Amino acid sequence: MTRRSAITEDHIRVADQRTRTAGETLGLEMVGVQKLYGEVAAVQHVDLEVRTGEFLTLLGPSGSGKTTSLRMVAGFTRPTTGTIRIAGEDMTLTPPHKRDVGMVFQNYALFPHMTIRENIAYPLRMRKVPRAEQKKLVDEALALVQMDALGDRAPRQLSGGQQQRAALARAIVYRPRILLMDEPLGALDKKLREALQLEIRHLHQTLRMTVIYVTHDQEEALVLSDRIALFNGGRIVQLGAPTELYQRPASVFVAGFIGDSNVFRGRLTTSDGRWWLTSDKFRLPAPVPRDTTLSEESSAAIVVRLEDIDLETESEAGAEEGIAGRIREVIYMGAYVKYELDTAAGSVLARRDLSHSTRLFNTGEAVRVRWLNDRALLVPD
Amino acid sequence: MDHWRQPRRLLLALVIALIVVFLVFPILVVIPMGFTSSESLSFPPRGFSTRWYERLITEPNWRRSLLNSLRVAFGTVVTSLAVGVPLALGLMRGRFPGQRLLAAFVITPLVMPTVIVAIGVFYTWSLGWAIGPIRFGSKLTGSALGLILAHTALAIPMVVVLCTASLRTVDRTFELAAAGLGANPWNTFWTITFPLMLPGIAGAAVFAFLTSWDEALVSLFLTNANFPTFPVRMFLQVREAVDPSVAAAATVFIALTTALFTFALLFRARGLAH
Repeated sequence: MTRRSAITEDHIRVADQRTRTAGETLGLEMVGVQKLYGEVAAVQHVDLEVRTGEFLTLLGPSGSGKTTSLRMVAGFTRPTTGTIRIAGEDMTLTPPHKRDVGMVFQNYALFPHMTIRENIAYPLRMRKVPRAEQKKLVDEALALVQMDALGDRAPRQLSGGQQQRAALARAIVYRPRILLMDEPLGALDKKLREALQLEIRHLHQTLRMTVIYVTHDQEEALVLSDRIALFNGGRIVQLGAPTELYQRPASVFVAGFIGDSNVFRGRLTTSDGRWWLTSDKFRLPAPVPRDTTLSEESSAAIVVRLEDIDLETESEAGAEEGIAGRIREVIYMGAYVKYELDTAAGSVLARRDLSHSTRLFNTGEAVRVRWLNDRALLVPD
Repeated sequence: MDHWRQPRRLLLALVIALIVVFLVFPILVVIPMGFTSSESLSFPPRGFSTRWYERLITEPNWRRSLLNSLRVAFGTVVTSLAVGVPLALGLMRGRFPGQRLLAAFVITPLVMPTVIVAIGVFYTWSLGWAIGPIRFGSKLTGSALGLILAHTALAIPMVVVLCTASLRTVDRTFELAAAGLGANPWNTFWTITFPLMLPGIAGAAVFAFLTSWDEALVSLFLTNANFPTFPVRMFLQVREAVDPSVAAAATVFIALTTALFTFALLFRARGLAH
């Protein structure tokens, strides 16, 4: 099976390149899409282009508009304004059954009065695929999600993870143009969630389908996605590869949502040709602003990831460097230790991986908090 | 705890006993009376015979009324489901102006005194009315169709209430999933919604049947000598001469009603366990 899928993968990749050079059709386009419920905008304004074969995650807190956006792509909800194109075709007003998309729901939505096989065959039945062909395709789909032996069970006889695999098989058996997934792992426990994340990733790599995936779990988004569209307040606040969002967040919100970080808010100043972030409580060295909207006196924030914080005992460090702090809490996490500190700049979190040479600090100990200036991110606030 | 429970239990037993004596016993007493071998209705029955049951089938008047009732009841089931199920779907899944008004309107036969319905239907069916070129009614009294239409009007509230209740239990996500998988609204209904609401529809069918089956008042207005229903025939029979065939008829009546209710309850229980 691995061998066969490797070949298919190559074939598809070649085909992919061919279409791309011939003028790329986008898997999905959303242009100026807005959704109002009365006066309230569930989606303010979304412009989005998804390449064919891309895995794109809509990430954001609840109520940020990500699920509404997905439902508009599926056709369950009509946008108030804007256009939605699937594989180049305008689908804005097309009813869901004519869109040729696959959908996986958080609560699986397997039809309770049908067996797993009947469930998976359902989209084929609706497309009037001949019986023999149906059987073959259902077998393949079952094998793809490693459920070969469970086809004749009723949905309620399966565990949550198995049910979601079956729902996944049902959504891909007819090779829809886009696979939509609405928090598909939300109802599962952590272990199972992580296992299924990897399965979904492999499945995507094998089938090269365009996938739009909704989640509020940033880790899941980082694991799965080619690109992430981070939603807040009905808008996409940043769109990019996981590394981009993690390393170059465009705002305090993005920095706070993706990965754990410390945020210091203040005002930009310059002196002696160096940049500083200043407030009435602290003055921190700031990296040279790259964002063109940032200039002297603009309010900004310095974002430092937990793992980039350095801690030194008061005696080791020069008094001028970093900020003074005191360890408030030591949280032992096995592979690493998390420190909570009180500093002049407020509460600071630090994370130290444990190795033999690592010195552990104790609660109440006075330390200097430092970080390398090029590990700090300057974002507009 | 048992100290204060004991007298309460006794009281409960007493109430149940009174209900049995005054409400259930008079109903059940007709059952042995139908098996009497004598010519007159009496209690306790004398002897044992099934001749009065045979009479229900052999005597043309009884037989005709029984068949009429079954015909009308089945007709009522079909028409009230044909109207009620789509109505319930529209009220639950659709969004249109006047939706609440329609929902209230559908329930009105439930609160309307049946005599009023009977009189209204009687006049319409016998005299008819016309608005411009559209004529309706007249010549519908004493026909199966007239009775089926009247009984359908009486049955629809229950059918709609039961169907909306069962639709409430059908997760909307199933329908969305079906649509997403390529099912048009027609197919979505027949492959997903209908099978999932089937327990509710079965219950509605039973209630529609019973509404027509034991309806006497409207039938009394709309039937005539050519087309009596079973309850009407019983009524007439009792007025003419009280012979044990009425008791036999009543027993058949009770048996069928009880059987259908039991079926509905069992089906419902199974539907819930599903």
